[in-house]
Amino acid sequence: MGITSKPVVFAVLAAVVILIGTTVTVFIPLFMPSTQPVSPYIKPYTAVEQEGRDIYMREGCNNCHTQTVRPLRTEVLRYGEYSKPEEFAYDRPFLWGSRRTGPDLNRVGGKYPDSWHYKHTAHPQSMFEKSNMPPYGWLAKNRLDTGYSFKKTSTLGYGYSENEVQQQIDQYRATVTSASYPSKESRDQVTPLELQKELTEMDALIAYLQKLGRDVKNMEATK
Amino acid sequence: MSDAGYNYRVVRGFAFSALFWLVIGLVVGLWMAFEMFDPALNLTPWLTFGRLRVVHTNGLGLGFGLAAIFATSYYILQRLTRIPLLFPRLAQAHLYVFNAAIALGALSLFAGMNTTREYGELEWPLDIVVVIFWVMFAINVFGTLIKRKEKQMYISLWYIISMTVAIAILYIVNNLEVPINLFKSYTLYSGANDANVEWWYGHNVVGFIFTVPILAMFYYFLPKSTGLPIYSHRLSIVSFWALNFAYLWTGAHHLMLTPLPEWIQTVAMAFSIFLIAPSWGSVVNGYYTLQGNWDQMRTNYLTKFFIAGITFYGLQTLQGPLQGLRTLNSFFHYTDWVVGHVHMGTMGWVTMVISASFYYMIPRITNRELYSVKLANTHFWLILVGQFTWTITMWIAGIQQGAMWKATNPDGSLMYNFLDTVSSLYPYYKLRFGAGVIYFIGILVFAWNLIMTVRREPNQSEA
Repeated sequence: MGITSKPVVFAVLAAVVILIGTTVTVFIPLFMPSTQPVSPYIKPYTAVEQEGRDIYMREGCNNCHTQTVRPLRTEVLRYGEYSKPEEFAYDRPFLWGSRRTGPDLNRVGGKYPDSWHYKHTAHPQSMFEKSNMPPYGWLAKNRLDTGYSFKKTSTLGYGYSENEVQQQIDQYRATVTSASYPSKESRDQVTPLELQKELTEMDALIAYLQKLGRDVKNMEATK
Repeated sequence: MSDAGYNYRVVRGFAFSALFWLVIGLVVGLWMAFEMFDPALNLTPWLTFGRLRVVHTNGLGLGFGLAAIFATSYYILQRLTRIPLLFPRLAQAHLYVFNAAIALGALSLFAGMNTTREYGELEWPLDIVVVIFWVMFAINVFGTLIKRKEKQMYISLWYIISMTVAIAILYIVNNLEVPINLFKSYTLYSGANDANVEWWYGHNVVGFIFTVPILAMFYYFLPKSTGLPIYSHRLSIVSFWALNFAYLWTGAHHLMLTPLPEWIQTVAMAFSIFLIAPSWGSVVNGYYTLQGNWDQMRTNYLTKFFIAGITFYGLQTLQGPLQGLRTLNSFFHYTDWVVGHVHMGTMGWVTMVISASFYYMIPRITNRELYSVKLANTHFWLILVGQFTWTITMWIAGIQQGAMWKATNPDGSLMYNFLDTVSSLYPYYKLRFGAGVIYFIGILVFAWNLIMTVRREPNQSEA
């Protein structure tokens, strides 16, 4: 064959062959609105939830937890309504995962109170003796860094003003540090004294977990 | 430095870098394997499973895999073009940049700078470094090919060319991201599109690192080691183009039954089945090359590695398309079955072929005899038994977990809570750890054998 003596032609031909499947299955869908539909019921993450999502990513939670419920009978029984494309419109990156060493989390929002999450995140084995989840108590010992919160939400196109971002942060701090916060006892148990009036990384992570699947429940309810 | 002035210094540098990252990556793997049944090893944030998993996959895929590919590619390139590398100093710089990038990559992943997009977890500054060292490699590949003395390019060079082109496209498209600061960025794609781009990348980066260049080694070092010409040149041409064409359509079989549009999943399924043909084209080519000379399995230690390797490749490329079918996928996906599948490819096919290629190459580039064929045989059996025990254990664990997730009581309710489906796997996880230790010892024997080889006195005869 002639091209085996022409390296540059060979490389160009290889690139063309490689780009055919790529174009059909990846590039074209990128420009089809049906690939990632949007819904007015699905709201972007708040600044605190987004910080929590970034901590979820930093710790590689996606290596053990998926975030997509498949349309299978036992799966819907175990986790709830199967995942809809609309709910991921704001997910950059997607966090669907590839292995379920732990359970799926796409419907975990609202399933348990915050107090459950404070206890479980810090000491999984105290609640489930045989669990192999790493303990994440140290997240409550880290003050939440909100220095980039506005830059993050604006890069992601959530449309919050700098003021709104600050309000969201202040509001969530007020909620979890208030004397009437229903999960105050378990929060105080895992949070060091000097951080009890501040937002910690664990607060943000739990805010994020509680958001998962919430909007889609409203969407389904109105259908 | 050696015959025809070939540059073997950089080959040797990459070969020993590969060994180094292999050992590091496996230590991390063993640590995680232990954490799977005993979370007490999650001692510090840096040692939690979630962070270690990406150090393991990147360390072995990018560190070990790429270093071995660069070592053998630079060797094959010079032998098959019959000229020295066109830019030897660029190649030497490539070696340093590469190792610095892998070291920084490991540290940054330990520190949690993780984009979470599988096999592309490095943050944006390191992505740029990866692109830089890839360009450095490509310049030498194409420069040397253009200036070559041998008119026809042999099969292995085709695979090296397609890898060079494909990885560049995959890596750049997948890692387009918007920086927030030096340590954090967000991908350009959202939701289902991000998933589609990511698994197009994730599937094909495995294809063009753990299949294509390994086939380049196979097609070069098998005939060299056995003294037998490859069975069919025509079959290798058909296999090559069909593989390169079909591979790129199949990424979405990683996204079966997710919110990704169904047509993309179905197309991926169809092309996955098609992919069996070109994959087995290489398997058949390998087997038929040995036609009438199967006694080499007994008499030539290198032949064992290659034939066992291509056998695992054959099994891998049957298992992959089958578990990509929607019905089977609904059972196997998210279980340890898939973990077993991946490791048959990496611990079986990839490592077997790289091992034999190094055993062939290192004594020749250093002008020394291999330290011990006996140790090479020990290495073979240890990694074979280790890998086989490892993967079979994970397949059984996967079947059990898949079945437990689906089991229902007569009234239709779920039979097992989630934790039961995890904790019932701990015996398998312990067995897997043991198998990993056996495999690791085999790899230590491998490394020892090569280190002792280069520490020997050089051969007397010719320089």
